[in-house]
Amino acid sequence: MTPKSNQIPLADLTTGEEGSILFFTGGRSVTTRLASLGFTPGARVDMTQNYGRGPLIVTVRGTQVALGRGEAARIFVERSAG
Amino acid sequence: MSDCHETSASTRVIVREKMPLIALAGQPNVGKSTLFNLLTGLNQHVGNWPGKTVERREGSFIFDDRSYGLVDLPGTYSLTANSPEEVIAREFILRERPDVVVAVVNAANLERSLYLVAELVALPTPIIVALNMMDVAAQEGMRIEPEVLEAALGVPVVPMTATRTAGTRELLRLLRETLDGHRLTNPRQPEIRADHRAALDEITRCIIGHVPEPYPAEWIALKLLEGDAEITRTIQNALPPEKWEAVYAVLRQHDDALLAVASGRYEWIGRMVRAAVVQPRMGQITWTKQLDRWAAHPFWGMAILAGILGLVFWLTFTIGSPVQGWLDTQVVGGLSNLAGQMLANAPFWLKGLIVDGVLGGAGAVITFLPIMVIFFAAFGVLEDTGYMARAAYVMDNLMHLMGLHGKSFLPLFLGFGCNVPAVMGTRVVDSKPARLLTILIAPLVPCTARMAVVAFLAPAFFGPKALLVSWTLVLFSIIILVLSGSLLNQVIFKGQRSAFIMEMPLYHLPNTRTIGLLVWQRSLSFVKKAGTNILAMAVVIWALSVLPNGDFGTSYLIQFGKWVAPVGRWMGLDWRLTVALITSFPAKENSIATLGVIFGSSRTAGLAQTLTSTYSTASALSFLVATMFFIPCMATVAVIRQETNSWGWTLLNIGLFLVISIVAASGVYHLALAVGL
Repeated sequence: MTPKSNQIPLADLTTGEEGSILFFTGGRSVTTRLASLGFTPGARVDMTQNYGRGPLIVTVRGTQVALGRGEAARIFVERSAG
Repeated sequence: MSDCHETSASTRVIVREKMPLIALAGQPNVGKSTLFNLLTGLNQHVGNWPGKTVERREGSFIFDDRSYGLVDLPGTYSLTANSPEEVIAREFILRERPDVVVAVVNAANLERSLYLVAELVALPTPIIVALNMMDVAAQEGMRIEPEVLEAALGVPVVPMTATRTAGTRELLRLLRETLDGHRLTNPRQPEIRADHRAALDEITRCIIGHVPEPYPAEWIALKLLEGDAEITRTIQNALPPEKWEAVYAVLRQHDDALLAVASGRYEWIGRMVRAAVVQPRMGQITWTKQLDRWAAHPFWGMAILAGILGLVFWLTFTIGSPVQGWLDTQVVGGLSNLAGQMLANAPFWLKGLIVDGVLGGAGAVITFLPIMVIFFAAFGVLEDTGYMARAAYVMDNLMHLMGLHGKSFLPLFLGFGCNVPAVMGTRVVDSKPARLLTILIAPLVPCTARMAVVAFLAPAFFGPKALLVSWTLVLFSIIILVLSGSLLNQVIFKGQRSAFIMEMPLYHLPNTRTIGLLVWQRSLSFVKKAGTNILAMAVVIWALSVLPNGDFGTSYLIQFGKWVAPVGRWMGLDWRLTVALITSFPAKENSIATLGVIFGSSRTAGLAQTLTSTYSTASALSFLVATMFFIPCMATVAVIRQETNSWGWTLLNIGLFLVISIVAASGVYHLALAVGL
């Protein structure tokens, strides 16, 4: 799948923004680990902390999860309005 | 021989009949260890899962005059083979067939922590859900109805707060009822998303009749769809080729099925949560988020981490060092004197063996305990409060320089106390290459034993500048660590990097019982593992230092030192310093004792002056640098062998440190000469 304009990498959400997960690119093992932590298509994610570089923290299904920037670039989300 | 086997097999059956086996399963950060400690107390035993470097904790407890065996399964988010932990957990349930699995879930985070339950209900073992951390849920303004959850799940549910020992009696009663067959469980199964239902049925049809024991066919089909590498391999070997072709064709068509399976489980969870949670979490900003604004901030987070590390070192040196000194002079010294008097008429070798060999070795272990205990306790508190995840998070950027990520920082930090727990602590690193790299560089972290050598020599040679020299040496070690880390990552691991995915648990107050047991177990395992090794080596080194003539001056050790002295000269070390360096292998602080013996002053008081008048500042500096980077101590080498399970990696490690110490010390020596020291 090639990303469309409303499909952005999770890493592009700024602190406080929300989105819903669309799809993953990249390896199966990372996707499995992400899925078991609650990252599945349709799940809502809140960007809890994103300073533009380094790792970031997102809240998914009530859990805060730290992700490396590389991992967050492989999760595509649709930014929620507002 | 066969008799033996039969006896042991039948005893095993009897034990099983007498004592029901219960397994504790749960995700990380749900309070599973707290519950385990609560149930077993000190009746627990820590070992390793066979062939794995994953901690296996088991124990027993008595309830209403009946004994129960309890196994703490590794904390895992799922049962798909992402790591050894997941494989261990599911293989244990499927092969060892525990009588009941207690699934611990976090009431304050049902949605996430029920995921493992969604996997457990597919296995053929009765389960009980321990709805733990009810207090945290209440603090967050949530209201949960356990009876409704029980009805929705179709398995017994017990609300509890393990940190306050609330709900354990109910759990135990429920366990007994389940074991006695008074409670029948009939779990509701999650369903796969509709678009993949047909694929699942098709695969199940193909594999039925070919699935090896003890796996249930439907479960295998699900794991195949999830792309579980291990199950895929097993089934590929078990199926006739044409059947496997058919299965493989379905799998290829549905390569996104793993998300369909996971989504199916979350839909199932969603139904449970909607039914049981009458009042969801309020949208308030929790104090975890408040604290994280500082603790996880790129700048302030580092500052806080530096402050905490500083505090731990301060505690170690203000409490640990005096106790260590007291143990050394009073207890070990006293025992040595006593033994010396008692053995005054014994042959010299017996006296030497006991006083210098055995007591010397045991002394090294005992005097290390205070520092280890402080470190383990500090680490336990940081772990238990949830702060450790923040430390890993803020260090992630820096660790990237070495191709590692934040999780590797934690074991490296432990290394400041002692490299032994550091190497063992690399178990938190989830990818194998990253873990091996962390093990390789962990001994570059200056441990307290090396700092003790520095603390003894630096004031003698550098006077008021001793503190500056010590800190420079630490800084130098860290620079070398980062450099070797990035170099090794490029050369051996070709720059590959593992994914950084880590839960940030909510902060909570530390539980003294959990930390107490942790300190107790880790200290015990240090004494056992390091203790026996150090003791054995101390005896060997003592023997080398008196054989063949019963005189140190002509001993094998001295001969060896003189033989390798040319290498020492590159570093500006004479044979005495070289021998001292070599004897730092059994325990780092030995080098001072060796110098004491060589210079003939048994008590170290006069030694400092003797050394200052014998050696140039450049040689002293070089000796300190060589000490910092010399081959890791024996105990560390032993755990490196144990944790890597490979002599190749262990020898590589020894070689690496030998090269680093010789190169660094020679460099520093010649630099010091050049600037006229």
